Amino acid sequence: MSLSLDDIKRVANLACIEVSEAEAIAMMAQLSGIFGLIEQMQAVDTSTIEPMSHAQDVVQRLRDDAVTESDQRELFQSIAPKTEAGLYLVPKVIE
Amino acid sequence: MHRHGFGIYPSLFYDLPRLANTMLNYSLKQLSTLLAAKKISSVELTGEFLGRIKVLNPNYNAFITVDEKMSFAQAHVADAMIASGQAHPLTGIPIAQKDIFCTKGWLTTCGSKMLSNFISPYDASVIERFNAAGAVNIGKTNMDEFAMGSSNETSFYGPVKNPWDITAVPGGSSGGSACAVAARMAPAATGTDTGGSIRQPAALCGVSGIKPTYGLVSRYGMIAFASSLDQGGPIAKSAEDLALMLNVMVGFDTRDSTSLQRETEDYARNLAKPLQGLRIGLPKEYFVEGMSADVARAVEAAIVEYRGLGAEMVEVSLPNTKLSIPVYYVLAPAEASSNLSRFDGARYGYRAPEYTNLNDMYQKSRAQGFGAEVKRRILIGTYVLSHGYYDAYYIQAQKLRRLIAQDFAEAFAQCDIIMGPTTPTVAFDLGEKNSNPVQMYLSDTYTIATNLAGLPGMSIPVGFGDNNRPVGLHIVGNYFAEAQMLNVAHQYQQVTDWHIRMPHKLTA
Repeated sequence: MSLSLDDIKRVANLACIEVSEAEAIAMMAQLSGIFGLIEQMQAVDTSTIEPMSHAQDVVQRLRDDAVTESDQRELFQSIAPKTEAGLYLVPKVIE
Repeated sequence: MHRHGFGIYPSLFYDLPRLANTMLNYSLKQLSTLLAAKKISSVELTGEFLGRIKVLNPNYNAFITVDEKMSFAQAHVADAMIASGQAHPLTGIPIAQKDIFCTKGWLTTCGSKMLSNFISPYDASVIERFNAAGAVNIGKTNMDEFAMGSSNETSFYGPVKNPWDITAVPGGSSGGSACAVAARMAPAATGTDTGGSIRQPAALCGVSGIKPTYGLVSRYGMIAFASSLDQGGPIAKSAEDLALMLNVMVGFDTRDSTSLQRETEDYARNLAKPLQGLRIGLPKEYFVEGMSADVARAVEAAIVEYRGLGAEMVEVSLPNTKLSIPVYYVLAPAEASSNLSRFDGARYGYRAPEYTNLNDMYQKSRAQGFGAEVKRRILIGTYVLSHGYYDAYYIQAQKLRRLIAQDFAEAFAQCDIIMGPTTPTVAFDLGEKNSNPVQMYLSDTYTIATNLAGLPGMSIPVGFGDNNRPVGLHIVGNYFAEAQMLNVAHQYQQVTDWHIRMPHKLTA
């Protein structure tokens, strides 16, 4: 299967990764090669097989709705790119 | 002050050829005995390994971060534990930690520019468990970026070199850990394995490594790549050392929703069992295509050795082996694209220096913070999960995953353990495959299926192939058969010496 340049740009946009024209062209060739490999899957008839997501078929555990973590805001914000008055700073999204 | 063995040779660690039969080859048990007998202190042992890292690491690049102060602080704590009679088998022993495990107060990069400024504010479960055992963190090891790679060449911090041949790759993604153990910069190390990332580098560097059954080692604080496949495990010189490492690493953890609750077991309990009557399954698909002649020779010689130990060989079939790689390259990127969406430059990690609005901040931070291979996989994952393609790719891959797991179930009805090569070839040259992703992916042909099935797998050194590069034997067990696999590996290591061979021509 081969992907178009528009496919690459659409997917990059969905993934929130800026790509230049040159990068997109290089990606197109590499991803087409990888999808060539992936397409081998389509040769198998799987209509009667159940999908498998976990080897042990475990059930999701539940816990009590109790506080388990203490406030560590200062520690966590010490590694943040930008903070002010205990808040994370990002560009304005609402005018 | 030199009351321990090292004192005899002041420059012992730098006099490489003389070291073959000295403390560098000591097992964890031997080091533990020396520590307990106060023949050496943890501070001294830590200092010796740090000294060796200082000499060798500039050429091998196995470590991203070494912090002598922090390591020595832990060594002092360990010495106090030993002095007060509270020692655990690993107390005071230096362990190299893959840079994927969040380590409080340590730079934790996952091999990426995205986390090149990330001082972890907390410890991963695995790190907590080593700390509780009194082990010393000797440094954070280099790796493929976000564990995506088979050669360690995708690391933001540059490639690791293979200690057996500095022009060869060490394998990946746990290449730094495998290199550190092979070059004796650490007695043992941690790794993680999503498609072969413990076993493939262990094979290419001539050391031993085990990926446990999915769910045994907590993933809490282990930076996620593909959550349904990722599993932590140890890399060490021998099966016996791996058993001691597993005894620390395995355990139920409420903070990992896929952690399995089981009785605690001693992974060393079966090491001494004879192998008489063991049925070893040899998948016919592994021996017909892809394997190079030098790898085949070493693997066949190991099989002969196993016959001598009383094992019998059974031919088994894993007919869907071929589908493993396509299935993996749908599931792993799909899960990765979701896991890596958290890196947005907002609260931690890399943020682009310039941007015009919020979306531009995300787009540029991710474009600049991720390397080419990580971007490729995020795009593949985003594509296969996108509207209209989900059933054709993701669901189809999950269905085939069940077929692959069923193959193993049928094979284990006829045998106790499965063996084959860990990799189709010995270590390839640096730069040989990094421009061709598909070729690179095929180097994980034999290891990926065990991750898909959630089975435990290990690799042990069984000789050398072309250019004197190491060959690994892949040992796959049934679910929770780790103690048996370690027994199978240990018995081989009692009658062979591949596992204690070490590279003599290290470039210092």
